[in-house]
Amino acid sequence: MMKVVEGSYAVAHAVMCCSPDVVSAYPITPQTHIVEHLSQLVADGELDSEFLTVDSEFTALSVLVGSSAMGARCYSSTTSQGLALMYEVLYNVSGLRMPVVMTVANRALGAPLNIWNDQQDSIGARDVGWLQIYAENVQEAVDATPQAYKIAEDPDILTPIMVCMDGFILTHVYEPVELLDSEKVKSFLPPFKPADILDPANPKTFGAFADPTTYTEFRYQQFEAQERALAKIEQVAKEFQETFGRYYGGLIDTYQSEDAEVVIVTMGSVIGTIKDAIDQMRAEGKKVGLVKVRSYRPFPVQALRKALKDAHVIAVVEKDVSIGMEAGLLTDLKSAFYNSQIRTPIIGFAAGLGGRDITIKDIRSIVEKAYAASKGIEFEFEFLALRKEIL
Amino acid sequence: MQNLLAPGHRACAGCAMPTTIKLVLDAAGPNTIVVSPTGCLEVTTTPFPESAWCVPWVHSLFENAAAVASGVEVMLKRRCQDTNLVVIGGDGSTFDIGMGSNSGMFERGHKITYVCYDNEAYMNTGVQRSGSTPFCVHTTTTPTGLRSLGNPRPKKDMPAIALAHKVPYVATASVAYPVDLRKKVKRSLDVNGPSYIQVNAPCITGWTFEAGTTIEIARLAVETGLWPLLEWVDGELINVKKIRRPKPVEEYLKIQGRYKHLFKKPDGADAIKEIQLMADANIAKYNLVD
Repeated sequence: MMKVVEGSYAVAHAVMCCSPDVVSAYPITPQTHIVEHLSQLVADGELDSEFLTVDSEFTALSVLVGSSAMGARCYSSTTSQGLALMYEVLYNVSGLRMPVVMTVANRALGAPLNIWNDQQDSIGARDVGWLQIYAENVQEAVDATPQAYKIAEDPDILTPIMVCMDGFILTHVYEPVELLDSEKVKSFLPPFKPADILDPANPKTFGAFADPTTYTEFRYQQFEAQERALAKIEQVAKEFQETFGRYYGGLIDTYQSEDAEVVIVTMGSVIGTIKDAIDQMRAEGKKVGLVKVRSYRPFPVQALRKALKDAHVIAVVEKDVSIGMEAGLLTDLKSAFYNSQIRTPIIGFAAGLGGRDITIKDIRSIVEKAYAASKGIEFEFEFLALRKEIL
Repeated sequence: MQNLLAPGHRACAGCAMPTTIKLVLDAAGPNTIVVSPTGCLEVTTTPFPESAWCVPWVHSLFENAAAVASGVEVMLKRRCQDTNLVVIGGDGSTFDIGMGSNSGMFERGHKITYVCYDNEAYMNTGVQRSGSTPFCVHTTTTPTGLRSLGNPRPKKDMPAIALAHKVPYVATASVAYPVDLRKKVKRSLDVNGPSYIQVNAPCITGWTFEAGTTIEIARLAVETGLWPLLEWVDGELINVKKIRRPKPVEEYLKIQGRYKHLFKKPDGADAIKEIQLMADANIAKYNLVD
């Protein structure tokens, strides 16, 4: 049944349907409503989880290391500074192969302090060994949640996942959402049954130290698991479609890209605006399309090569910047193409940083620049709509 | 005595830490889960693929053992599982970098016994000063020199910090008093909430003393009044180990390399007097002598 609810409530409801044993979180804007809703669901007896209100994001995720080692299904949510404070634990959770699911309500990082949306936080954490799925709208964030557990807890994967949703834009919006049915989620998502837990009857050591003779192999196994996740993410998205009838692509999705000359590649909520812009430009006869990256880690190299092989020019739009070298998605996409036959010009834009709106007009200007780049690249990367007058 | 820490671990000969662990595990028994922070304990007992631990054991990071243990504890409660849960960590993680994590665990009231094996500096990284390092101790980051007598600050009062959190069971113990240590661990495991036990655990490389004198040094710390053996229940001091005839602090200081400058430098004698005043203050405060 469609209901008009806040994005954060919809996600909290989805988490409830996944029946986590332990929820541990620390409040930070714009994630707060998710954990407030979850704590209310616990207070009302609708969600039977251990809910810990802790002293920091660092502790929030550390608690889940202990619970996960006990075999618990675990959930947390954070953003921005909180994700940065978790940085050390992020590596630890993935290295210990703990299938924690965490919603990241994407937000900019300080300084300067800024509470609004961009994706610098999770893109900055691209190398920590977690899988990352980016949601386009609230429904997708909802649906990605049980999918995330199913992917993460698979014995072949055993890797934590961030479900990334744009802060405020998706967390605080009220829109019609199909809330999940718990019984259906139960049939879709099997119970978590880890092979190894802390058990006095069968004592095991978790978190040993590894010297140079074995450390590389731990990392290699994580790398392999992420490669296996490429197929698993597709498979789980299709299984979700069979149960719930909704599908947004597995690793990527496309919109009007088949015959497109200019293809925009992006992630997250800006896709709605881009689709509207594409509709306008298509009506004007411009062949513009979109490729949405849903899975940023693992990075879907083959799927992107296939989807973008016929484009005349590619424009990457992303809400992050790697200060000193372009931005994450742009660099990764170029890297994915380097040893392929694809020689399509690629340009990139850091857009919507610190919550600046990305408008249809902005998208149209990007497309104009892309057309120009198809005749010869003058710039590879720029800050979109830079206010030069205040520099 | 049941030995739940297997031999063959890589701790130094003369280290008090493995002895402390063995005593703690002997008191707790095999139905116990141990959480440890990064430190000497972790690197000497769990070089992959080996492990000295005969009970389930988990290590995550340097500063989060109490948080990890909190996550274990809620699952024990959720499953109504009657298993002891013990954190064993050094003073660096306990007094300094893990303080936020410890404070959170104390405040949330988890049923966890937190044992700090206190060797009074960052030994795993090569003897750097911690918040637990006593006054006038030479460490590699508070070295003695023309203008230095070593660590300029007294030791942080961690039991008082635990007590300020209304931790229902707080005790100090010593590796030199095994019966007392075992008794305190057992008592802590019956408490329905957090416990904090701080164990004096001399470090042979950091304190520099003759091999074979570890226990003697730990005993002298108690007999001088510098390390009183205390026990608080619900904030009330209920038990004090009495000293018959307190020994002068020189006897404790002079057999450790970390204090040797006090016996060579002209202003060392005044420092020794100050340390004696600290011992005397303990003796008076806790009524250590009948």
